Amino acid sequence: MNVPSGVLALRAKQQEGPLARVRLWDGSTPWLVTRYAEQRALLADPRVSADISRPGYPSSAPVNGSSTVSFILMDDPEHARLRRMVTAPFAIKRVEALRPAVQKIVDELIDDMLAGPKPVDLVEAFALPVPSLVICELLGVPYSDHDFFQDNSKTIIKRDASPEQRMAALGHLAGYLDNLLDEKLASPGDDMLSRLTERIKTGELSRREAAQMGVLLLIAGHETTANMIALGTLALLENPDQLALLRDTDDEKLVVSAVEELLRYLHITHNGRRRVALEDIEIAGQLIRAGEGLIMANDIGNRDPDAFPDPDRLDIRRDARHHVAFGFGVHQCLGQPLARLELQIVYSTLYRRIPTLRLATDLEQIPFKHDGSVYGVYELPVTWWLFPRTADRQRPRQPRGSHESDHRPGQVRRFRTVRGRRRGRVRSARRGRHRRAAQPRPAGGAGRRRPARGGGLPGAGHPHRGVTSGPIQS
Amino acid sequence: MKVTVDEDKCCGAGQCVLIAPEVFDQREDDGIVIILDAEPPEQLRVPVREAAGVCPAAAIVLSEIA
Ligand code: HEM
Ligand code: SF4
Repeated sequence: MNVPSGVLALRAKQQEGPLARVRLWDGSTPWLVTRYAEQRALLADPRVSADISRPGYPSSAPVNGSSTVSFILMDDPEHARLRRMVTAPFAIKRVEALRPAVQKIVDELIDDMLAGPKPVDLVEAFALPVPSLVICELLGVPYSDHDFFQDNSKTIIKRDASPEQRMAALGHLAGYLDNLLDEKLASPGDDMLSRLTERIKTGELSRREAAQMGVLLLIAGHETTANMIALGTLALLENPDQLALLRDTDDEKLVVSAVEELLRYLHITHNGRRRVALEDIEIAGQLIRAGEGLIMANDIGNRDPDAFPDPDRLDIRRDARHHVAFGFGVHQCLGQPLARLELQIVYSTLYRRIPTLRLATDLEQIPFKHDGSVYGVYELPVTWWLFPRTADRQRPRQPRGSHESDHRPGQVRRFRTVRGRRRGRVRSARRGRHRRAAQPRPAGGAGRRRPARGGGLPGAGHPHRGVTSGPIQS
Repeated sequence: MKVTVDEDKCCGAGQCVLIAPEVFDQREDDGIVIILDAEPPEQLRVPVREAAGVCPAAAIVLSEIA
């Protein structure tokens, strides 16, 4: 079975035991928690803190004490006080009511893609605009500013950004949100930011808290959902039997379970959940001391065979909804109902409306995100045949690649340039893999993942994400 | 089976509502869990157990009634 090397490295640790010491970039040696059960137990434990400013917190990069992005890095009761102010719009029924609006957004973006030139970068044309348009609508943020906030949020999650760069990006966003709050105070609309200004007026929320919360809500669902759309599409294209199942089904339940399975399998928040122990905690025969850091590697937790049989297999029919892709404990993703809705609509619409969707480049040319805390692809050039049935019939008679003769030269060049610029990020691309990719894949679920060292599907790189050396003896 | 919830613990992620909508809902104003049926019938035991199992905040407590 071809399993990415990153997964194999983490699995080796998982098999040794639920907890292991690792060494971080700053020389600290927090615990890496690799098993599903212990991850859930620790994430739900009130003796465990998410406060990045506490000594011992295992940060993935140098931090500046005041760079807190609202409640995601706070503990209860402060965390609960703030989170509850914005929970109602994410309640299941409220989110479900958005289904027609989100469907419309998705359909219109697909219309635009179909009307535009081929190949197209799915990330730029579709994966990013979907969550962006949706959250802008909910928050009451003008979508026309999306370049600005997307650029800044990319800096915030970039692993190699300096603390100064990260602080600056956060500052820009906070300033932007602060201005927007002014506008909402002057002329409130029917959106979440306007609701927050009401709480500023009653004194429940300070101006600063409201702006920070706005920043969190604006950026938390962007890269995450966009990466799930693009990487999910890539995973399905690489698993054509699963893609066919999803595309051809009338069963909404299968769409729902496909979303859960892709969340589990791709687990894009590769940095893990980071915490610090407030008290001594005994777990699985180990003693975690107060002040020691904890990194819950939820990606390998999602591939713990005790929780998910045959975990390296993408199987959209399995029951995966107990996955930890949204974390666990009181910080479990606030936006998960919205993320689920968006992904259900995307996965049930995109491949049906463009049944011949396929990669417009070789897998090893695709730049993977190894340098950020959210895993995914920087771009995903895709193309399709316009008239699927006829084209399918004609395909064998056409010389290879002739269907792409309608490329606009500019478009092709753009991809080349971008790819060239980013080539450094695609590490150790393997030669000749595309030839295998072009062959029909063997039946049966297992073994279809390529070894993907460096570039590849989830978990492919950075075995310990931000962890610079292997386990040490403690 | 008797179902109780600890509102103070609930973080409103809505997992229970997804799995057992007959038994759980969320308050309009703050998304916190409410119980629709505190003594759900036999056929809902499995989803209610699952909901309690995936609740990230351990806010759902199940007990057997004698
Ligand atoms: C597929 C897409 C998404 C994934 C994989 C994801 C993943 C996560 C994870 C793992 C956490 C937990 C962080 C921790 O425990 O340290 C989290 C928290 C959070 N997410 Fe998401 N998320 C997604 C989409 C969204 C969306 C659409 C929103 C909407 C605005 C959102 C808003 C938040 C917020 C506000 C938190 C902080 C919750 C807290 O600390 O109480 N997320 N997310
Ligand atoms: S699953 Fe738990 S935390 Fe989430 S809404 Fe239900 S009771 Fe609250």
